[in-house]
Amino acid sequence: MRIPGLGNAADNPQHGTPGDDPEHHPRARDGRAPNVMRIGEWVPMRQHRDEDEVDFAIVGTGAGGGTLACRLAEYGFSVVAFDAGPYFRPLEDFASDESHQSKLYWTDERIVDGENPLQMGSNNSGKAVGGSTVHYAMVALRFRPEWFKARTLMGYGADWPIDWREMWHYYDQVEDDLKISGPVSYPWGPHRRRYHRRAHEVNAAAKVLARGAEAMGIDWTPTPLATISAPRGDAPPCVYRGFCTLGCSTNAKQSVLVTYLPRALKAGAEIRDLAMVGRIETRNGRATGVHYHREGRWRFQRAKNVVVAGYAIETPRLLLMSANQEFPDGLANSSGLVGKNLMVQGNQAVWGVFDEEIRSYKGPPSLAISEHWNYDDEGRGAFAKDFFGGYSYMSQGPLPQLWANTQASARGLWGEALVAEMQRYNHVAGLKVVSEYMPQERNRVTLSDVEDQYGLPVARITYSWCDNDKALNRHALKFLRQALEAAGGREVWDQSDDTCHLNGTARMGHDPRTSVVDADCRSWDIPNLWICDGSVFPTVGGVNPSLTVQAVALRTADRIFATRAT
Amino acid sequence: MLPRKDLYPGYDVLAKRDGPSWNAKTRAVLDERLGLGPQTRRFFDEAEWSTLTALAERIVPQPADRSDPVPVAALVDDKLASGRQDGYRDAGMPDEREAWRRGLRALDAEARARFGACFHDLNAWAQDELLKLAEAGALTDPAWDGMPSTLFFKHRVLGDVTKAYYAHPTAWNEIGWGGPASPRGYVRMGFDRRDPWEAAEAKPDREAEAFAENLRVGD
Repeated sequence: MRIPGLGNAADNPQHGTPGDDPEHHPRARDGRAPNVMRIGEWVPMRQHRDEDEVDFAIVGTGAGGGTLACRLAEYGFSVVAFDAGPYFRPLEDFASDESHQSKLYWTDERIVDGENPLQMGSNNSGKAVGGSTVHYAMVALRFRPEWFKARTLMGYGADWPIDWREMWHYYDQVEDDLKISGPVSYPWGPHRRRYHRRAHEVNAAAKVLARGAEAMGIDWTPTPLATISAPRGDAPPCVYRGFCTLGCSTNAKQSVLVTYLPRALKAGAEIRDLAMVGRIETRNGRATGVHYHREGRWRFQRAKNVVVAGYAIETPRLLLMSANQEFPDGLANSSGLVGKNLMVQGNQAVWGVFDEEIRSYKGPPSLAISEHWNYDDEGRGAFAKDFFGGYSYMSQGPLPQLWANTQASARGLWGEALVAEMQRYNHVAGLKVVSEYMPQERNRVTLSDVEDQYGLPVARITYSWCDNDKALNRHALKFLRQALEAAGGREVWDQSDDTCHLNGTARMGHDPRTSVVDADCRSWDIPNLWICDGSVFPTVGGVNPSLTVQAVALRTADRIFATRAT
Repeated sequence: MLPRKDLYPGYDVLAKRDGPSWNAKTRAVLDERLGLGPQTRRFFDEAEWSTLTALAERIVPQPADRSDPVPVAALVDDKLASGRQDGYRDAGMPDEREAWRRGLRALDAEARARFGACFHDLNAWAQDELLKLAEAGALTDPAWDGMPSTLFFKHRVLGDVTKAYYAHPTAWNEIGWGGPASPRGYVRMGFDRRDPWEAAEAKPDREAEAFAENLRVGD
């Protein structure tokens, strides 16, 4: 059986280029970049010299930087977007293999500490053109409107300086750009436009969530996902491989790599892969460009504006590493908040065994969701809420290595107990939260005295739960356990150590004393320095952050264009 | 605990290698992995290797009658030799390579101090006793040099050894996972639904049916 246009075409060895190794040699050079939609093909790419003062140097090509690069290029600005990672061709480079695909993750060394040290790498950090969207689970959710005024309306965290109705407008645009597949009607929040593709079929693991939600008397729905359920251009509908968090080898996944970046190139943006930015230069209070390492040497790109979009570890790391005589505490740090208020989200789970075969490895991992506890502020009886914030929860589809590591590290199984339990893999289903943890200044990113392969200081990441986080954890695990048991789960156990996503180390706000950037993501201290990624979140909400990062990126581009010097 | 059994009789995920579930990249990656033999050693020295081999057998024990066991130690060695890291380490831990070398040396030192023999010469009971102490953080021989034995056990031993074993097609067969799926993916998604290219589970007294089905997954 041959399926033209899909990975099987990669069987043809004549497409291989001798010496082509995206992890060691840049692909975006010589006036061209990979056409990620076609095997062996290229698209033309405009290129700039280091000495050209480009309009925007953007550090990072993920949900924030890649989306912004596209929109700015389409506005006619000259743009160079840097990424430390490789420029992958999914149709040719992506294997169906957990170990191999760890090449998508940021696995440079980082040091973790605090009372609840974070697990980094595969869990939350991408290192590839397209950033973490290349390996994300594609869950495309909007914030609850009240969260943008969390302090004023709900009594916790901090207010965003952006009105929810404006965000709603940008969510519409991102959902259109990614052709989100979602349900006919979404059960929570204000009216939203219909989704662009039909919802995906729910697998057995998702049906477990549905059973449990119905037994508990709450709503559930097929999850809105950024993987298409009907063709789009060269991209085929999702074939339910189930390797989503390891990279999509068919391009059904609407990552930044296959959506905004091809548009960015077409509009004249330049993308530099395997280009690690180590320092932003400033002069007379303004950014003048970036020092970056590529092809074995350090270089300097001049720029009229610099945007940092490295996600909530690398962004503060770069700002702190760029400390100089003008800004001895790091760039954009007059508030002292760069690196502080690091927020992850809870990613705790309950798992159980079912009589039926579940085989949760088939299909996207999170095909069903309930956002009930993001919208019910009170709760009742045993589930009365005694904490601020909320959580969503989704069905799961761990592949064998991840599942074995979970059984060993989170449940403590090894030896015969482990290998025997692993044989029940096809009968397991779980429910996992994305929950809202509070911003705390003690949770932070600092520079360690260890050096990485570029000679740059490694990030130290300090994280501890507060009492509110712990109360939320208890509520979530208790509710999920009851829901899973109601769905028929036996021998239910709690996975209580996991977290996901990274946000908040350069928060936006109304006041330069209590925030790093303004509503337009422009730093208060340096007028031509911008930050555009999850770092700017003042609060994190109980949903996956990528759609909000992308909506903020589109808004930032519009604000840059609207406020440009003419 | 239910004993391990032959739950997917006759299932061999490699039977799908040349079909529409494996693209060229997947074949190349798995060919390389399957090329690692039980003695493929690039990173560890001989003493460390002996300890690691014994340790792996306690973490992911394999059936004694398995003709071609998963080369777990070689897979761990390969990870360290090729420099693939997890991307983070606890502030109390050295980097991955140093943690492994030091941890294996320390386990061996503990074995000699407590039982008067090298770790790999101990019987399974004694090896497990030591590993339980490591798990609990109760091993403090000077050879640990400040590295908490509990973090070594949890972050390095459990993480790296389980991921090594479950990266191998033999382990996939044992748990009935569909394996690589590029580009074909799957069709039947609901409860108790199985595509013909997935492993068939042996139901009580119907092992022959599953066996027959499993011989056809590569068709």
